[in-house]
Amino acid sequence: MKELICITCPMGCHLAIDTGANGEMKVTGNRCVRGEQYAREEVLNPKRVVTFTCAALLPDGSAPGVSSNLPRRVPVRTRTGFPKERIPELLDALRGISVRLPTERGAMVLPKALGTDVDVVVARSIALE
Amino acid sequence: MKQLNYDAVVIGGGAAGMAAAVELDSHGHSVLILEREDSLGGILMQCIHNGFGLIEFNEELTGPEFAQRFEAKVRAKNIQASLKTTVLDLREENGFKAVYCVSPAEGMMRIEARAVVLAMGCRERNRGNIRIPGTRPAGVYTAGLAQRLVNIEGYIPGKDVVIIGSGDIGLIMARRMSWSGCKVHAVIEILPYLSGLTRNIVQCLNDFGIPLYLSHLVTDIYGKDRVEGIEVTPIESGALMREKAFKIPCDTVLLSVGLVPENELSRNAGIEIQPTTNGPWVDSALMTTLPGVFACGNVLHVHDLVDYVVEEARRAGANAASWLSGYRPAREIRLKTGANIRYVMPMRLNPERENRVYMRSLVVKNNARLEVRLDGAVVKSRKLAHVQPSEMLSLTVAPADIAAAGRDSVIEIALV
Repeated sequence: MKELICITCPMGCHLAIDTGANGEMKVTGNRCVRGEQYAREEVLNPKRVVTFTCAALLPDGSAPGVSSNLPRRVPVRTRTGFPKERIPELLDALRGISVRLPTERGAMVLPKALGTDVDVVVARSIALE
Repeated sequence: MKQLNYDAVVIGGGAAGMAAAVELDSHGHSVLILEREDSLGGILMQCIHNGFGLIEFNEELTGPEFAQRFEAKVRAKNIQASLKTTVLDLREENGFKAVYCVSPAEGMMRIEARAVVLAMGCRERNRGNIRIPGTRPAGVYTAGLAQRLVNIEGYIPGKDVVIIGSGDIGLIMARRMSWSGCKVHAVIEILPYLSGLTRNIVQCLNDFGIPLYLSHLVTDIYGKDRVEGIEVTPIESGALMREKAFKIPCDTVLLSVGLVPENELSRNAGIEIQPTTNGPWVDSALMTTLPGVFACGNVLHVHDLVDYVVEEARRAGANAASWLSGYRPAREIRLKTGANIRYVMPMRLNPERENRVYMRSLVVKNNARLEVRLDGAVVKSRKLAHVQPSEMLSLTVAPADIAAAGRDSVIEIALV
């Protein structure tokens, strides 16, 4: 039996996964259906939502100054879970990307990142004053 | 000095303030939000990690996404918000609440209102609060300050990090710093259990192989100009094991050692503060000891989920609205803490209305039962698979549950 803590939501359910002889998994301890999905995925193909920031650039290509009211970083996120073992590779890719202001929540940063079906998008709308 | 008049003023434009303002507006009252920062959203704007909004939006959002979805509700209703505005004083004048504040655009302002909702949030405890001995080099930050530096300002505060305290912000920062290319050497927690949410051990520590030292105390910080390391001493049976102390070299120390509701303004206004929560004493309507002044969110008591903050703030907004319309509870029943409960919120129940009660456990316990007792007799109970102090509990007490309450009745909530 494998024990996991569900990370889908802040409830943090303590899950137990029994894998039968035929490879069939039985999940207990979950308080909702997402817990069962999480347990299966965590055993077979662990994924994480990745949240990171990219450098913000003004329309003229310069970075917002220290006295500016604009943030110097733009929060970005994977829309869904991203394969855990490839996260360092994804972060390296995001380090090389800047987001030009103004920007909108949901704007595409990296479509189908690293050949997966997971998009990286902007997580905060930022207007120019 | 500019003078303004509103039915209600909401102090603080974070999740709590926005939710309370929307509620007041939807009951037809004029409302103004006063916010110190450049934008609405409060602390959510620097919490770029996901996990917000599962209850509120049935979706897993990042902090800025949650804040901006909420801000859209505020904007859709044309609720006014005065940004970059710092409130200096709240007092009662000629039967009104007078809020004195300043902003670069307007200078000094005096805003008169019949009701005020306090939604100022909380502050981080710092090194001075927990008295860590040692030198005072650069490189010691509260976790939330480091979070702001990394996520908004774009600076990495150090490379070799130790985190003191296992609160959620510390755990989230352990992952954030690791993803930013830093090495997080340890998380040190004085208590025998985690202070943050359980799921954060998995995704913030285990995923990165960061060791968690429970029942350990940081007994020294070394370094002249910059932090060079810390000394960690194990605690066994309540005693410091000096001979087992060890050093961890690092250049950065992040503190995640608790939050304190930000009540300077409330105190100055003469509002009574509860020692158990560091927030205002409130009645069944979340009204403080200053009539017409309500409190919600982290200024009232520190929550672990923004969804609970929003739920509570809506209630405060709705209560403030009905107070403005002249409703007063006919009577209130005293609510007190029973066995294994650190605090209950609020401290009074209204037998005519549905009461939402929040509480925190004093203990870690499996298969617990939460009991509501009216003058000693159990009137409601709920089974809980697992409780721990870091996870807030809630319960609804309906009028029918306490219909038998008399004038001097006492309701107690206990965990058995």
